[in-house]
Amino acid sequence: MATEILMPALSPTMEEGTLAKWLVKEGDTVSSGDILAEIETDKATMEFEAVDDGVIGKLLVAAGTDGVKVNTPIAVLLAEGESASAAAQPEAAPAADAADKAAPAGGSAKAAPPATAAAPAAPKADTSPDWPEGTAMKTQTVREALRDAMAEEMRAADEVFVMGEEVAEYQGAYKITQGLLDEFGARRVIDTPITEHGFAGIGVGAAFGGLRPIVEFMTFNFAMQAIDHIINSAAKTLYMSGGQMGCPIVFRGPNGAAARVGAQHSQCYAAWYSHIPGLKVVMPYSAADAKGLLKQAIRDPNPVIFLENEILYGRSFDVPVLDDFTIPFGKAKIWREGTDVTIVSFGIGMTYALEAAERLVKDGISAEVIDLRTIRPMDTDAILASVMKTNRLVTVEEGFPQSSVGNYITSVVMQNAFDYLDAPVINLCGKDVPMPYAANLEKLALVTTDEVVEAVRKVTYR
Amino acid sequence: MAVKKSTAKPNVSADELLSYYRDMLLIRRFEEKAGQLYGMGLIGGFCHLYIGQEAVVVGLEAAAKEGDKRITSYRDHGHMLACGMDPKGVMAELTGREGGYSKGKGGSMHMFSKEKHFYGGHGIVGAQVPLGAGLAFSDMYKGNDNVTFTYFGDGAANQGQVYEAYNMAMLWSLPVIFVIENNKYAMGTSVQRATKSPSLWERGAAYGIAGEEVDGMDVLAVKAAGEKAVAHCRARKGPYILEVMTYRYRGHSMSDPAKYRTRDEVQKMRAERDAIEHVRDLLVQGKHATEDDLKAIDRDIKAVVNEAAEFSKESPEPALEELWTDIYA
Repeated sequence: MATEILMPALSPTMEEGTLAKWLVKEGDTVSSGDILAEIETDKATMEFEAVDDGVIGKLLVAAGTDGVKVNTPIAVLLAEGESASAAAQPEAAPAADAADKAAPAGGSAKAAPPATAAAPAAPKADTSPDWPEGTAMKTQTVREALRDAMAEEMRAADEVFVMGEEVAEYQGAYKITQGLLDEFGARRVIDTPITEHGFAGIGVGAAFGGLRPIVEFMTFNFAMQAIDHIINSAAKTLYMSGGQMGCPIVFRGPNGAAARVGAQHSQCYAAWYSHIPGLKVVMPYSAADAKGLLKQAIRDPNPVIFLENEILYGRSFDVPVLDDFTIPFGKAKIWREGTDVTIVSFGIGMTYALEAAERLVKDGISAEVIDLRTIRPMDTDAILASVMKTNRLVTVEEGFPQSSVGNYITSVVMQNAFDYLDAPVINLCGKDVPMPYAANLEKLALVTTDEVVEAVRKVTYR
Repeated sequence: MAVKKSTAKPNVSADELLSYYRDMLLIRRFEEKAGQLYGMGLIGGFCHLYIGQEAVVVGLEAAAKEGDKRITSYRDHGHMLACGMDPKGVMAELTGREGGYSKGKGGSMHMFSKEKHFYGGHGIVGAQVPLGAGLAFSDMYKGNDNVTFTYFGDGAANQGQVYEAYNMAMLWSLPVIFVIENNKYAMGTSVQRATKSPSLWERGAAYGIAGEEVDGMDVLAVKAAGEKAVAHCRARKGPYILEVMTYRYRGHSMSDPAKYRTRDEVQKMRAERDAIEHVRDLLVQGKHATEDDLKAIDRDIKAVVNEAAEFSKESPEPALEELWTDIYA
């Protein structure tokens, strides 16, 4: 049967090209792999090869023709023993059919649903308690709470293991994994060489293979060397596999500024990771949240970025005395109820938010303080419900100002509660500079309680 | 090509030879068809064909057992067909249709099959190497004797993460076979223009990893080397490196004008070293098959490929709701 040779698409963006030169003539026998023609694409001059064996029956487009559309028949190929007269009436219908079918592949983006869901009419915050009322409490540091969370989950499931630099014999660079090697042994508490890109990839591969790794970064600053595996390998694979292959993994470690360690060791990555569909991003403030959220993270079937803070490690909080409890993702915690202004923060930013709220009481300003706890998924209902009540919003975080978490919150509030706002939202962030080393400059670069108080005065016009 | 001639060829039966012939021919015809569909605009984006390299995956799959894992780069169609994935599902993924392995959401470079232990299809050069070591880690952790075939090219061999993975794989004795498919060109840059290393597999020596060079145009040599590597890994002796010397006939991707090598170089390789012709000769000379037998196989394969192509055209595009699914488990 005679087949038409069509003008090929030779690059992802080619729609038409120039048939520069024929390298065969009518009557030539060609076999698969022979060059038929030279075609100029939008990128380069390309050699166009035969796919099938046969005899060139007819050349339909002359050499030198410009603007030949992709899929236009350019020649007719005859099968063995076929006469040239068969070429006179090439079977046009199937070719046109093929072109028809080709068309929808390119132009299907039109009907995509809108990126943002319609605004919820009256968002209601989930204010259910995190544990039953009357539960006994004990005082624990964030450090101890994190260790207990890992130990409990490792006792419950053999697939859970910890890997990272100095997590085993050294007992953790910040002592978060203290005692785990003794209890679980070297099979499950694994010291890695200093090789973030490599062990992050091995962790993701192990998760593909059915394990539930906890990968500790000595700090999230070092995770920059591993960010390709976090984003491209861990976060995107479920989608790229059409839902076949998930990646249950926790990347955890201290994030943000500690004290006097300079620009390369003092960055908050909350906004960076929160940008990525496929990741969940957690940033606890209290010890109880650190424990309940880390246990939840280890059980979650998705990659979770768990951002801790070195300064908070040693702080003590009340933690419920329960055999097992978790804190769900996407549920903010209202630390203080208030009526005049909403302060939204997370992680160490909560320190300044809560101190400011306390100081503002003396000025007669009642601040509602919301701890997001998880940045993605974000409990926007809690924020909106609060803003609709207070009509004023200040966000507090340590990260850089451009494209900050606060910027995103502001956009959500504008789109869903614009008419409720009585003042422009203020996003308090770290200053737009690399972290300086000098003590006085470092202080200046970080967000402070004074700045939160000042911002609240501004939005309440007091 | 300076290739150490394989010495240890296994005794191979006519049935085995026929199955290698069939598997390699399927890859070649499938890829030719993919090239055609790309030309028709039915396949978009990047499309990296495996034509010329067929003996590598077919030889190594012959050394694998059920449970073994495999992971590779974006030049992945051959690996998927060789491990038994359905040509229809692969082709429909290339055309971005609902019937594709990733429901049309992954494309040529990103396909997976849990059932066949195929872990992708990865678009970032070299990323699959630590991932493959991690898959091997999961098997070691569980205490079974599976191995992971981790394929990458001569280009990826210059990525730092490859050596991070080598170091930990040897440190922890991971059952991973690092398969360097050396097709001589990283996109348009020849191996000689990218490194002064005389060979790529020997770099493993810095980590104490054993390895060897293999003639990748000879499926029997590849199979023999694969069996040796697999035995090494199953015996818990740690990773193994195979640098398989091969050649791709087509461009790096569909939009490669191939100005970095001569047409003669390609034609010479096709004429003198073609892996499929090699097995064809063994079959005919050994009187294991007649020309008619082989023609019948060709027809069968063509039918399978045509059926895959038809399916990939007829399968609908994914439903618009699919945009929003599979982001979180």
